[in-house]
Amino acid sequence: MGRLRTSRVLPGFGLSLGYTLAYLSLIVLIPFSAVFIRASGMGWDAFWHAVSDERVVASYKLSFGASLLAAAINTVFGLVLAWGLVRYSFPGKKLVDALIDLPFALPTAVAGISLTALYAKNGWIGQYLEPAGLKIAFGPAGVLVALIFIGLPFIVRTVQPILEDFDTEFEEAAATLGASRWQTFQRVVLPTLLPALLTGFALAFARAVGEYGSVIFIAGNIPMVSEITPLMIITKLEQYDYKGATAIASVMLVVSFSLLLVINGLQAWTSRRLGSAT
Amino acid sequence: MTAAAATTPLAHSASARRLEASLATRDPGWVKAVVLTVGLGFFAVFLLMPLIAVFLEAFRKGWQTYLAALVEPDALSAIRLTLLTAAIAVPLNLVFGVAAAWAVAKFDFRGKQLLISLIDLPFSVSPVVAGLIYVLVFGAQGWLGPWLSDHDIRIVFAVPGIVLATVFVTFPFIARELIPLMQAQGRDEEEAAVTLGASGWQTFRRVTLPNIKWALLYGVILCNARAMGEFGAVSVVSGHIRGETNTMPLHVEILYNEYQFAAAFAVASLLALLALVTLAVKTFIERRAKRAGAEETPT
Amino acid sequence: MSIEVRDIAKSFGAFRALDGISLDLPKGELIALLGPSGCGKTTLLRIIAGLEKADAGTIRLSGADATDKHVRERQVGFVFQHYALFRHMSVFENVAFGLRVKPRGQRPSEKEIRERVMRLLDLVQLGWLAERFPSQLSGGQRQRVALARALAVEPQVLLLDEPFGALDAKVRKELRRWLRRLHDELYISSIFVTHDQEEALEVADRIVLMNKGRIEQIGRPREVYEHPATAFAMSFIGTANEFRGRVEGANLRVGNDLLPHGQAGLEDGSPFVGYARPHDTEIVAEDTTGLGIAAKVSRILANGAAVRVELVANGPAREGVTDYFEVDLTAAEIAARGLTPGQRVRIRSRRLSLFAEPRR
Repeated sequence: MGRLRTSRVLPGFGLSLGYTLAYLSLIVLIPFSAVFIRASGMGWDAFWHAVSDERVVASYKLSFGASLLAAAINTVFGLVLAWGLVRYSFPGKKLVDALIDLPFALPTAVAGISLTALYAKNGWIGQYLEPAGLKIAFGPAGVLVALIFIGLPFIVRTVQPILEDFDTEFEEAAATLGASRWQTFQRVVLPTLLPALLTGFALAFARAVGEYGSVIFIAGNIPMVSEITPLMIITKLEQYDYKGATAIASVMLVVSFSLLLVINGLQAWTSRRLGSAT
Repeated sequence: MTAAAATTPLAHSASARRLEASLATRDPGWVKAVVLTVGLGFFAVFLLMPLIAVFLEAFRKGWQTYLAALVEPDALSAIRLTLLTAAIAVPLNLVFGVAAAWAVAKFDFRGKQLLISLIDLPFSVSPVVAGLIYVLVFGAQGWLGPWLSDHDIRIVFAVPGIVLATVFVTFPFIARELIPLMQAQGRDEEEAAVTLGASGWQTFRRVTLPNIKWALLYGVILCNARAMGEFGAVSVVSGHIRGETNTMPLHVEILYNEYQFAAAFAVASLLALLALVTLAVKTFIERRAKRAGAEETPT
Repeated sequence: MSIEVRDIAKSFGAFRALDGISLDLPKGELIALLGPSGCGKTTLLRIIAGLEKADAGTIRLSGADATDKHVRERQVGFVFQHYALFRHMSVFENVAFGLRVKPRGQRPSEKEIRERVMRLLDLVQLGWLAERFPSQLSGGQRQRVALARALAVEPQVLLLDEPFGALDAKVRKELRRWLRRLHDELYISSIFVTHDQEEALEVADRIVLMNKGRIEQIGRPREVYEHPATAFAMSFIGTANEFRGRVEGANLRVGNDLLPHGQAGLEDGSPFVGYARPHDTEIVAEDTTGLGIAAKVSRILANGAAVRVELVANGPAREGVTDYFEVDLTAAEIAARGLTPGQRVRIRSRRLSLFAEPRR
């Protein structure tokens, strides 16, 4: 522990670290371990039975599929939006910029009922889409819409700062070397943004997989069709099937941890990339 | 870490106006038109319209219905519980955030990176799972369940459970605002204060706190918004007892499921208002931080 | 206050930052800790201040053991490399800080604080900037505020970490002279860390030259410059031409050339490195003796009356061997000798400092 002595002239090391660790253990780590200990105590057969139930598997497909699709859509449109916000001036820009974070600030239940009202058969948007054969609310498409809402700021807010700090000299250099605007974007700008885009994608995906509040209102929650995985946990709990709920939760946690690792790796890559670029 | 590293490179980030003026970075007019149409269209459909819809739906049946939905006893009790929950969860996480950031930013120790990752953990967990873990610990069939019921203590399906779940989901907010900032600011100023004879508390109050106050406020605002708006985790541990264990978001759900749409949206509009205030304060703080950052850059 | 440093050692992980440092610094002197980056000089300064704890060794201040004394009680003034000014406080409040945090009993009255701070700000010639904030000051001004702030608590010793490191050349020069004058006025024991030998030679009463966590030499600037104790001291302080080779009688064999070393009793074949200052190096024409290092004049840089001649060694460049030399002459000598770029000459040394090298 010799290294602890560096800069011990500043007070409060023991107190602050001790409190941090105690609080972290109490609120996060100990309750957390409950899931895995419970799951490992239930036996492999019961575990496998719970996590491979037909209805649960259908919920994985929907949760992961819709999350991937929503993250992909957000990556494209989020980049466009970030580009517009950084590169162009237009009236109302500051307001748009501030409202991008709305999904972070708006309670998910509020978003859920509002999206449902918009996309239902008689809603502002739904009334035009349903006659055209596009049923959004109360089906898998509704899940997608909710996940797009939830994920958008992740992309914009990871890409935007990179784009803002992007030194215009690179683009100017490309122009002096005879590149067209499109070539410059494709060969100079996009590769620089790639790590940020991937990070944003992963963040949006991770959030979407676990999302509950905004989805359940619009999803319709039809078994085998539009049930998401977090809802399966709730369903099991309501049936007092704690073991089943725990098993599914542990699957979700493993996915979350893997995503966390991926995101950390991506962020490290981003800073390395940008570090070497300047 | 040097003091120079604390200065944000905002000064060199070019403004949109300048980018549009330079030939090398100017996009053709039609590109700008397409980008803005597509980007803002997407923004309008997916973000703006849901926001506006909340308020329009809330007032669809007029002022009277709106007000009635808010002053009804169950609604008032939900509002009270939401305020209480935030009033407990935010200060707890504030103290934790400051302690964690102080330990991480001002000292070197092994496992620091792991600690930072662990602090972020609640962000990556589904709110439903967050609720579940407390059921597994404190619920009737949980670790402490038998002991708790012997002593007639209710945590799950009662207010303490709601507070705990809220503390969990809002756990990292303040810490993660402070840690990077305090790491970037380094230790120089605190060390200078100590060489000048300041005590630990004086150093924190007179030197550290003024330097982190905006980030602190920012974290508190975000933490508060999430604490008041949390749905999934709270839903699992609440038990949905009307007038007792319903927070505002849960009350919204109940009203909605009872087809009392106008009332549901009325309560939702309060939460949406909270979100707007949060965004306004957030924007204000960001502006201040940006200005302070620009001043920092030596001329 | 006198400072005694005894056998100080400090490691960061596997890296030995300081390796048995001992120093005695008498009261009232201005001392430079000089060395290349990573030599441990800043670590030593921070240990003296009490900002860092040594793994072993003792520090005595005014004869009293201060090793375990907290920085708060050591009565040291510390000026940080990047000044560490409190960015949210005005210049006045920065300087007043040390007075305001004193325990209630010792705290001066508001009026006294005001007077003392203004007196200090006048001393550093910044009284007119008292209400400004650090971000509104130039680098040199920040440096002086940092100094005034450190002096406000009437420290027994003033420690400065690279005080001029972050300033541009012209401001550096001014501030250097100013620091010297200030020291002569206040007569407070001071140590400053620098990697700039010119700065150390010009400002300090005494230089402590460090390298790789050890002290190479301690002495007055003249002494260190004229009588470097080690090869490192020679090469680090001032410019020196380097000749690496083996002894062959009265000469040093450097590559194919022979350089007279002018010393007696050296064992044949032992490896040595020789150094000669540019003004102790001479340019001679090719002659029959064949003594001297063959070189070619590459550039002649006139700078007023003094002229610096740059030469490159003949033959291919070799790894680890310096093939670049500098010789100082006067403009008159250049004219008299008719030196021109491209000319082939030999160089010899009037005074060669020789240091034995480990045998390979």
